[in-house]
Amino acid sequence: MNRVGLESRDSAARTLETRAAHVRERANWMRRRLLRMIVDAGQGHPGGDLSSADVIASLYFDILRIDGSSPAAPDRDRFVMSKGHCTGALYTALAGAGFFAEEELDTYLKPESRLNGHPNRTYLPGVETNTGPLGHGLPVAVGIAVAGQIDKADYRVFALTGDGELQEGSMWEAAMFAGHRGLGNLTVIVDRNRLQQGAGTEDTNSLEPLADKWRAFGWEVVGVDGHDHAALLETFDRAAQPRNKPLVIIADTHKGQGVSFMRDQAGWHHGVPNAEQYAQAIAELEAEMN
Amino acid sequence: MAAAAAPSGMFDCRDAYVRTVEELAANDSRIVAVVNDSVGSSKLGKFRERFPDRLINVGIAEQNMVGVGAGLANGGKIPFVSGAGCFLTARAMEQIKADCAYSQQNVKLCGISSGVAYGELGATHHSIEDVAWLRAIDKLTVIVPADPWETAEAIKAAAAYDGPVYIKISRMPVPALERPAGAAFTIGKGEVLREGGDIAIVTNGTLVHRAIAAAEALAAEGIAARVINMATVSPLDTGLIAAAAQTGAIVTAEEGLAQGGLGGAIAEYCAQHSPVRMRMLGFPGFLPTGSASWLMERFGLTADGIAAVARELLEAKKAA
Repeated sequence: MNRVGLESRDSAARTLETRAAHVRERANWMRRRLLRMIVDAGQGHPGGDLSSADVIASLYFDILRIDGSSPAAPDRDRFVMSKGHCTGALYTALAGAGFFAEEELDTYLKPESRLNGHPNRTYLPGVETNTGPLGHGLPVAVGIAVAGQIDKADYRVFALTGDGELQEGSMWEAAMFAGHRGLGNLTVIVDRNRLQQGAGTEDTNSLEPLADKWRAFGWEVVGVDGHDHAALLETFDRAAQPRNKPLVIIADTHKGQGVSFMRDQAGWHHGVPNAEQYAQAIAELEAEMN
Repeated sequence: MAAAAAPSGMFDCRDAYVRTVEELAANDSRIVAVVNDSVGSSKLGKFRERFPDRLINVGIAEQNMVGVGAGLANGGKIPFVSGAGCFLTARAMEQIKADCAYSQQNVKLCGISSGVAYGELGATHHSIEDVAWLRAIDKLTVIVPADPWETAEAIKAAAAYDGPVYIKISRMPVPALERPAGAAFTIGKGEVLREGGDIAIVTNGTLVHRAIAAAEALAAEGIAARVINMATVSPLDTGLIAAAAQTGAIVTAEEGLAQGGLGGAIAEYCAQHSPVRMRMLGFPGFLPTGSASWLMERFGLTADGIAAVARELLEAKKAA
């Protein structure tokens, strides 16, 4: 069904290198496009957008079985953006995957735009559930996975969470239940950039030992470099193998990845670059592709 | 809490609820039930026997319960998410707002043992704020059925409606109301159960039969009281309210807070569009220790209490 996903699945013969190069180009485009959106809107969450861009690009431009022209297809793979504030990354991916026209990205945060500061499924095709308040996406993803389990459906469910978001109790209610149900159709990716809004996660309310926590809740756990496209694709490929446990991929990432002065700086959680900073960021991102 | 059997001629609306959900489930594989360890208090044991893979028990975790319900709806199911009204609404309020209402997911939220059914267990276990809270949430239908028939019809209507619904299901025994042949339940439509032009009593849930008894007592005194069953609080049947306001006096009565719920909704409408003398009967806030029936007596949520308030209001109307 899917332009993006099937292309990749049908062409398993394509080398990992080719696939990774495609995702790399798309992630780079997302970064440049979302920074422009944030500068135009005068607000946004660039830190988390940039840390999650490679994971999201891997999913939308290779892994997910989706069709932008058929966003409600019952057998589509689901991607739930639990860290709903990172709309720059989500909206560029949705536009790139054909859910709406790329020009609409120019309306980001403008009055009456379908591109709200947090995703809204009643506005925008491709959004599975409205998130924004943290701790909501995972329970919903678990519910979708339970529906798939009951129906013995072959769609898969992916949820991207922030790491700071794992301080929300509802995430662990959902994690416990997913483990109990053995939801092998569910994959969670933790955007482990180690920074929350104001400080490091470990300085605020520490998450470590994070992998042990998930294991204790009945999950398979793998770690991956969240900016290594080939490694991400390999990890997602392995995640597609049949299993009887939910899988969490702890993606080691950097907030602000791709822009030197934003990298690992909590201050860029919702900072907006000035003209000079924007020019530098774009120059750095363009140089990355040369 | 052990449930006492309903007295003869009186019914526990949970029975109509589970019977209807089971009937729906037998004909529609999309129907599932989601509970927070509340299989017993929701009376869903038989549902579990009949449809074991369609009873999803998330354990004691209401936020996850409502989120999972929204996810099941995303996956094409019609989930009836059932839990004690107090915990379902208060603990999972943001999930109700964001995952169900704002996301417009097809989730049916069933507040069980609602109102003051848990009596002596205290204010933590009373769900008297639920209607006030939930009617403030946009695009969430709120229904408070009055008897077994209306409970069953509301469940069927909710299943047929594509969108989020909260249904406040009583545990306090109520009689089956007399209705004209061919009566139908429609979401968003109130029901005139008794005509009368001197005063209107607008009510729902467990107060409806008490309001009818109050109207009968008033009739013996030559007062014609209209009784309106306003089962759907949101969206409100404003046409019926505007007509009720023409009587010049409205009493509201509900098994919930006196402020913010059904009475509050009607007062908001009337103050702006059809100013009318009103009295709002309900509970004042956190309640003292006492059984459900004692609390209803103590705060005047009885036929006598409603009639007394109606007389006072009519005196004020005459004096004006």
